[in-house]
Amino acid sequence: MNDWLTTILLLVPLAGALLVAVLPVSGYRLGSVAALASLVEVAFWITGASRFRFGDPSLQLAQRTPWFSDLNVSYHVGQYAFSVWLVGMTVVVMAACTIYGWWAGRTRPRLYFVLMLLLTAAIVGVFTAQDLLLFYAFFEAMLIPLYVLIGVWGGAGRLRATLTFVVYTVVGSLLMLAAIVAYGLHAGTFDLTQIPQSNSRWLFLGFVIAFAIKAPLFPFHGWLPDAYREAPPEVAAILSGVVSKAGLYGLLRIAIPKFPTVAHDWRVVLLVLASISLVYGSLLAFRAPDFRGVVMYSSLAQSGLIVLGLFAFNDLGYDGAVLQMVNHALISATLFLIAGMVERRTSTGDLRLLGGLARGRPRLATIVLTTGVIALAVPLSSSFAGEFLILAGVFLQRWVWGVIGAVAIVLAAMYMLRAISALLHQKVGSAVPDAALDLRVGELAVVVPLVACLLGLSAWPGLVSDHAFAGQHATEQVKSGLVLTSSPQKAGFYGVTCTVEPCTTLEFSANGTSYFGQVLQR
Amino acid sequence: MIHKPHVDWFALSPSLSLLAAAGLLLMVAVFTPRRARAAVAAGVGFAGFVTAMVFAIVLDAKSPHVTLLVHDAMFRDRWSALAQIVIAGSGAVAVLLSVGERWREEHVAEYYALLTAAGAGMAFFVQASNLMTLFLGLEWFSIALYVLSAIDIDLVGSLEAGLKYLIVGAVGSATLLFGSALVYGRTGQLSFDKIAAAGHQHDAMLVVGLAMVIAGLMFKSSAAPFHMWTPDAYQGAPTPVTAFMASATKVAALVAAYRVLAVAFPGDMHLWRLAVAVVACVSLAWGNIAALVQRNVKRILAYSSISHAGFMLIAVAAASQLGGRALEYYLIPYAAMSLGAFAVVAARERELGAPVTLENLAGFGWERPFLGIAMWVFMLGFLGFPLTGGFIGKFYVFAAAYDHGYWWLIVAGVVATMISAYYYLGIVRAMYFRESAELQLQPAGGSPPRELVLGLGVLVCLTVTVGSFFAVQPLIDVAKVAAKSLPL
Repeated sequence: MNDWLTTILLLVPLAGALLVAVLPVSGYRLGSVAALASLVEVAFWITGASRFRFGDPSLQLAQRTPWFSDLNVSYHVGQYAFSVWLVGMTVVVMAACTIYGWWAGRTRPRLYFVLMLLLTAAIVGVFTAQDLLLFYAFFEAMLIPLYVLIGVWGGAGRLRATLTFVVYTVVGSLLMLAAIVAYGLHAGTFDLTQIPQSNSRWLFLGFVIAFAIKAPLFPFHGWLPDAYREAPPEVAAILSGVVSKAGLYGLLRIAIPKFPTVAHDWRVVLLVLASISLVYGSLLAFRAPDFRGVVMYSSLAQSGLIVLGLFAFNDLGYDGAVLQMVNHALISATLFLIAGMVERRTSTGDLRLLGGLARGRPRLATIVLTTGVIALAVPLSSSFAGEFLILAGVFLQRWVWGVIGAVAIVLAAMYMLRAISALLHQKVGSAVPDAALDLRVGELAVVVPLVACLLGLSAWPGLVSDHAFAGQHATEQVKSGLVLTSSPQKAGFYGVTCTVEPCTTLEFSANGTSYFGQVLQR
Repeated sequence: MIHKPHVDWFALSPSLSLLAAAGLLLMVAVFTPRRARAAVAAGVGFAGFVTAMVFAIVLDAKSPHVTLLVHDAMFRDRWSALAQIVIAGSGAVAVLLSVGERWREEHVAEYYALLTAAGAGMAFFVQASNLMTLFLGLEWFSIALYVLSAIDIDLVGSLEAGLKYLIVGAVGSATLLFGSALVYGRTGQLSFDKIAAAGHQHDAMLVVGLAMVIAGLMFKSSAAPFHMWTPDAYQGAPTPVTAFMASATKVAALVAAYRVLAVAFPGDMHLWRLAVAVVACVSLAWGNIAALVQRNVKRILAYSSISHAGFMLIAVAAASQLGGRALEYYLIPYAAMSLGAFAVVAARERELGAPVTLENLAGFGWERPFLGIAMWVFMLGFLGFPLTGGFIGKFYVFAAAYDHGYWWLIVAGVVATMISAYYYLGIVRAMYFRESAELQLQPAGGSPPRELVLGLGVLVCLTVTVGSFFAVQPLIDVAKVAAKSLPL
């Protein structure tokens, strides 16, 4: 029960930050140190994932040391199967973004790379903390680097953007702090693996609002347009790719398992909010005037979709939600980085001024098209797998949610194709100079690995969806508060099988592949 | 034949060593040559505070039980010893901040003498175990602080600050004295424990006396609505003095207030608990809202100190072992953050030769990286962000409030923190997000003063602020045994 690996995942970026802070070298070399640290982090994650027993639903790679004992607070980190994937997407996206920042040659590099590495540590901490107070500490610690990264390296409206961003986030996280104090003191421990389940509505809402702001969900997304537009592209990629997942992870790790009855009572509210986010986000994305706008509102929509999966309360929904979190992190990071690369060439993201970028720029066209097609959930793509699982899961909850989700997928195709066409095709935009280069080697080095991960997941989505909850007992595990160890069993995406009491049979036929499954209605 | 009481000189050693330093400094003022005076005086002052701190640490280790000294006039216990450690530590850092200040040469030793005398008064004040010594201690350090606020006659507003502090402070002292008289009149007792034993709860005269004692102590801890002097005095006083007032005075006043209330008035606990809770709420609201519209950084920090008095009063209102622990813990990072924040302000002030406002902080973070990062940490600490002791302090205060069922105080604290995010992060924003070129400041030429001593002071504060987050357990253990001295 004392495995250093998770702690190492936290220490590597911190050590990297320290190194960047003190090394007496200049800008370009500092970037290489930071990039190296982020790659070492990825290597350690691979080591951890290879040692992870995915068949075992218990907490692994865990380490626990008392922090202050009179209130039973401890430094307790560890990973469940789904945390492994979330940590994995974090380290990969953070490495890509750090390398992009290095390539883009940010001013004031020392502070910039220190903050990027601290941010990596904080996000990994959120996904691995197993103590409520530690979780809160990491959750808040994410805000500080983001605040400065947007405030110093952001666009012209950065002051306003940071203000709204901070106000929203601080309001949410302080509600969560109040909930944590009440919950932990009442239970006598802050350890997430020991704390008993609660049926307090207020505590549940305190957590849910904090997570809904971070995700974001529909009425709490006011900070999103400013922050995503004004942030430097790689920071926007981090915000929408991984930081938003911290909120969704919070729902999966704390709000649902620790408050099962309240979550069940409030599921309709959450499902309605998620549906609104999904449809409204998709419509906004369709109307967005700029490329970043499309990507950013599509992340609002995707957050809604993932919440639909989480609040379906069945295995399909949970597996699909985890898969879709990983998918969306990779997709939206890639798209934001591409937005940044386009903005470097044309100094605008306005779709009316862009167009015709595909001509003579095959690499850019290939990357944009591949990512875009995966994003709009074309069958056989990884996000098709994720969205299918989510929709199948939420369909079992009630058919209407499934219909809303399906409508939104049509909308996704519309906005994504509109964006691709406005960017790559049509006639050459007025802001596109003839001299605008195709993607350079440095840029390819950043986006190709992300796209490769997406293609890999498309070939084998089961890598994540089958290995997120050690078998098909996601529902029991979450219901039990993610503390106990249950017998693992195998399940798969391609061929969802169920052993108990078949109620509904789903048959899907798409693109020559038949998706068939008997699914249990709980 | 007069019976001389037995005096436990060791228990008084923190006060006495500071008094000795003050006396020595007056000698320094006369006998050292003018050139060496500033350095020698600072050295003696620093040595005095460090000696007092060492004595307080030993006292803390060697006072496992509460004992009464000098005819039951003073306490010897860990509650006061821990407060003395913080007070002496704050004083030592305040000396480090004072070194670079442009004092008039002829008064520099007197300045340090007053500083150590104020420290001695505070160390005496927190040990007080009857109303007489309480008032004596209060006046002792207050008078020293009145003079300190007005000592820099070249500074615009310094005299005004001193005068305002004197008048309002005198009202506070008079209120405390009047309240003490009423309590004495009703119970016929001066000692805290005998007042409690006299058992006149719910008596109108005693309750009025209690209310006035609370008001008098709240004046010193600058809790709203007794805070009127704070912004002006903090803004006008020389910055090292402000730093000392914000940290040490608050420690002394809150620690003594908690003791008086807990020991002398346990019978009326339900009354003073509510009163303190209300004062806490008012301080949180007033301090934070008023800070939103300030431009002068010292004034912002003054209102922030009012709101932090509110936070610490939540711990007092909880009136429990957990509350005592929360208060004693909170004071440690709070003192460090206050001293550090004012130290950074002092550095900028010396660089510009003008009062520091949000506007002329622009670009400071890039020009002086160490001070910038330090200020950043202090602001996040005030805000209660993780990686600083401020977070754990707030957490413990909320825990104490929750423990007693004061959920509305938690709500007040949470809302106050949300509001405070605006101005604390506003300072960070002023330092980093805007270039100094935007302001067209007239540079005085040359590089900024090096201020190694001030940098050392900031480093100490930074270490304590961040260290109290990671080393919670040992500090909480110390605070726990300190809180055990109180009969709660």
